[in-house]
Amino acid sequence: MSEIEITDVAMRFRSRHREVTALERISLTVPDGQFACIVGPSGCGKSTLLMIAAGLITPTEGEVLVDGKPTFEPGADRGMVFQSYSLYPWLSVRRNIEFGPEIKKVRPAERSKTSSELIHLMKLDGFADAYPKALSGGMKQRAAIARALAGDPEVLLMDEPFGALDAQTRQIMQELLTDIWQRYRKTVLFVTHDIDEAIFLGDVIYVMTSRPGRIRTTLAVDIPRPRTFDTLTGPRFAELRNQVVGVIHEESLKAVESELARA
Amino acid sequence: MSRVRAARVAPAPSAVGPRRRRGFIRTYLTPKQAIPARARLILAVGSFVFVVGTWWLLASLVQNALFVPSPYQVVVTWWDMMVNLGFYNDVGWSAFRIIAGFLLAAVAAVPLGLLMGSFEAVRSFFNPPINAIRYMPASAFIPLLILLQGLGEDEKITIIWIGVFFQLVLMVMDIAHRVPDEMLNVAYTLGASRWTVFYKVFLPATFPEVVDALRITMGWAWTYLIVAELVAAEHGIGSFILIAERYLRADRIIAAIITIGILGLITDTLFSLVHRRAFPYVEKVRA
Repeated sequence: MSEIEITDVAMRFRSRHREVTALERISLTVPDGQFACIVGPSGCGKSTLLMIAAGLITPTEGEVLVDGKPTFEPGADRGMVFQSYSLYPWLSVRRNIEFGPEIKKVRPAERSKTSSELIHLMKLDGFADAYPKALSGGMKQRAAIARALAGDPEVLLMDEPFGALDAQTRQIMQELLTDIWQRYRKTVLFVTHDIDEAIFLGDVIYVMTSRPGRIRTTLAVDIPRPRTFDTLTGPRFAELRNQVVGVIHEESLKAVESELARA
Repeated sequence: MSRVRAARVAPAPSAVGPRRRRGFIRTYLTPKQAIPARARLILAVGSFVFVVGTWWLLASLVQNALFVPSPYQVVVTWWDMMVNLGFYNDVGWSAFRIIAGFLLAAVAAVPLGLLMGSFEAVRSFFNPPINAIRYMPASAFIPLLILLQGLGEDEKITIIWIGVFFQLVLMVMDIAHRVPDEMLNVAYTLGASRWTVFYKVFLPATFPEVVDALRITMGWAWTYLIVAELVAAEHGIGSFILIAERYLRADRIIAAIITIGILGLITDTLFSLVHRRAFPYVEKVRA
């Protein structure tokens, strides 16, 4: 049982002249084993929300609970994957993946068993002893995901992990991630601005609005799993897509109008 | 005469294409385009030949061996300096001062720079005075230091220390400041403590660039040393140059200057070698 609950989280930044509300009373619960996606326009605060969930930022109001217990600091129970991979360039792929187990003082034999398994699963065979500089973008992100999984977190937080990849690689990575998720059944909170990606991956989609960031709509994705490449061309996919696009379009218009009104 | 070099640039692999002669202009005058390896070698050797050749030509035109000695004369003089004048002794003194001053500066500047780059409190406290002192030329301190410390070794070492420390601290601070937050954040979300993040992520992330900064400031150390020795010293390359000037021995001055250049080249190569050995994982800057 590992669920993450965000309750009444608000985030305000004080600049010299005024207070800016980045997030306004956001509550959501990702139950055990669910894959939840947050989509929203850029600048809506979705990454901030994820940082708060990770404990890397302290919210102005509200709290984050993991399995019902409030958390105030980052910890190994919430592993995070960033868009910029941020592998440690001085460590080999294997040592990068073993970073979490190493600081938890897991025995070397066990560590290398975990990393070998993940290297194989993430299709990094043959690159275990390579430095990150030798890897392509997709491989770097697979290594970064492997590193997060090796830490055996309760919840996996992913901040636009495929945002920097080209379209073909992204599709492959999404399929790989669904496979991995079905194998480990981690609770996942996944932030993206790519609507197709959110529908393809998620059990549920939270659509956020910008300034102040709020959850506008929650949509359950009722497309059966395992989802494959064909899912993308199905009628249900198109329907859901239209719904999300409609909401986001409406919100983007509102944002533009309010900017015009202010001008 | 600082030995700052542009970021080491790996030569771009030249494409193996259809063997078709490309025009001279297209081959050599396309910006950022790689040239054949042989041409690179010829140009490198050629530049050396050009410099020495120009010098030789100039010397034979002027015909004044007193002020414009030929390269050959300088080589002969250099040998004479080593064998009969004990110039190696002066080189030894200078090297000792450089190493002592540079090490003392590095030992203080690197840790302080790292702390300033990572903790805003430390930065706020040290940054204003260091930034101000950085603009005061180290050579301006020489008279003051002679008053305070006399003409001994500690005065020379202090000059080098002042010249290196204040520059190095700020360079290291910038390096530390540039370590991406996400590298640290990943470690936190893997359960690392603050201390673990500091020594397992933050420190290793700064190492390669710190060694680069050391290499660059080492070049500056030579400048300050020679200035200090020119002002007042009994031994050392700088004092040798000063004495040579009194005896109107341009050949000796030139030989001494070239010796400094060669020593600089050697230390620079050593630093590059250490860098390549210790940090094989660093991505090379592409041409």
